[in-house]
Amino acid sequence: MSLFSSQDLKLLTNPLNMENPITVQVLGICSALAVTVKLEPAIVMSISVTAVLAFANVIISLLRNTIPSRIRIIVQLVVIAFLVIVVDQILKAYVYDVSKQLSVFVGLIITNCIIMGRLEAFALGNKPWPSFLDGVGNGAGYGLILIIVAFFRELFGSGTIFGFPVFEKIGLYSIGYKNNGLMILPPMALIIVGIIIWIQRSRTRELIEKNL
Amino acid sequence: MNTQGNLYTFVYASVLVVIVAAMLSFTAIKLQPIQERNVRIEKIQNILSSVGIESTVKNAESLFDEHLVDSYVLDPEGNKLNGEKAFDVKLAPQVKIIFAIKKIIDKLAKADKANKEKLLSEINSLKKQRRLPVYICEHNGEQHLIIPVRGKGLWGPIWGYISLNMDYNTINGVVFDHKTETPGLGAEINQLWFQEPFKGKKIFDDNMNFTSIHVYKGGKGSAANAGDTEHGVDAISGGTITSKGLEAMLHDCLISYTPFLKKQKNANK
Repeated sequence: MSLFSSQDLKLLTNPLNMENPITVQVLGICSALAVTVKLEPAIVMSISVTAVLAFANVIISLLRNTIPSRIRIIVQLVVIAFLVIVVDQILKAYVYDVSKQLSVFVGLIITNCIIMGRLEAFALGNKPWPSFLDGVGNGAGYGLILIIVAFFRELFGSGTIFGFPVFEKIGLYSIGYKNNGLMILPPMALIIVGIIIWIQRSRTRELIEKNL
Repeated sequence: MNTQGNLYTFVYASVLVVIVAAMLSFTAIKLQPIQERNVRIEKIQNILSSVGIESTVKNAESLFDEHLVDSYVLDPEGNKLNGEKAFDVKLAPQVKIIFAIKKIIDKLAKADKANKEKLLSEINSLKKQRRLPVYICEHNGEQHLIIPVRGKGLWGPIWGYISLNMDYNTINGVVFDHKTETPGLGAEINQLWFQEPFKGKKIFDDNMNFTSIHVYKGGKGSAANAGDTEHGVDAISGGTITSKGLEAMLHDCLISYTPFLKKQKNANK
């Protein structure tokens, strides 16, 4: 397999755990708090960020030898902004409901530090194919956390999964259970991300900082 | 080639920006018809649901054709304007006129006599620009009059559709929506629990004076505690500014329709 060498595969899988953009690098937290009330917008957001990240990586990687280093940050921003506007327009045209829920957060993908970080750290120094994989990997790492958080917030906050009333169907309400309003509010997303980081570090010891 | 020179940098930036701009314009133009259709369908769905008709994106347009009896545009005196389509009236500029008039009214209090006349004529010319769209839909054998409303919430615009029974007074149903209100607080105006209590409320008192609908702060049952079950509903706890904005929106928009509503009511007697 020349398409996926073991190094390439690492580009895809590393960001899921060891180099996860949210739980290890702690980037892109803002949108992780904002769009994780329900699963559907969280998934659309993950796909959007992954698409923008992957294509921005490829474009910057293709241009990497031509970009004047003095304006490279601006060139990166132009490319990201361009892709984000395209994604926003597509969402408005084909998934109008979800685009309304995501509202400003699609536009704010531009300021998502994960994207700038990957362009600067990876795409500027690597060939298009590995850059693409790096983009997909990091997008997936971001999306994975978003979806986990959204799952718990939607389940305990609204009692639904993808809008399907799970708790109502299994009769939890009739024995006096109530939805937890705190789950809907942003602080709970932070707490869930914290719990995920805790679990991840207790499973992967290498991530724990040495006491100096 | 020297990629660090000034000339190269300038040319590079210019070319990049031009290419990106061209590609963006192309996407925007290509997708515009689909986006406009989405907005249109959303409007139709809102109108339908204010009367109590559930619709999906697919069947909204055919349902609308089926249930729409009539639609027209009124001038501020309540006369029908020929040749204008209710669906084409944009509410955002209308709201601007409402707020412009309100501003002038504030000035009026402080103005001296000479200024007063000038301000009054300004108000009159602004009022002439008002266009009031009305839809009439039929559902379960009954006709309902639907009035679109729009105003300011906490962060951005809020809007809705009020459907009245044919006594031109009792609310049959409402739909509200918002652009950027706070999730869990002000954003709750688009939820059923908030919209349901509007049903059966009256916008005129027994002597046909316009009362609009009042929103009462203080949690569940505060409208009832205030003794106003006829024209009052409960506000959203934590969403005070949105609730107040909604109350102002209802008052400002519905009051323009009062000449028309009174005329209709008298004609029906």
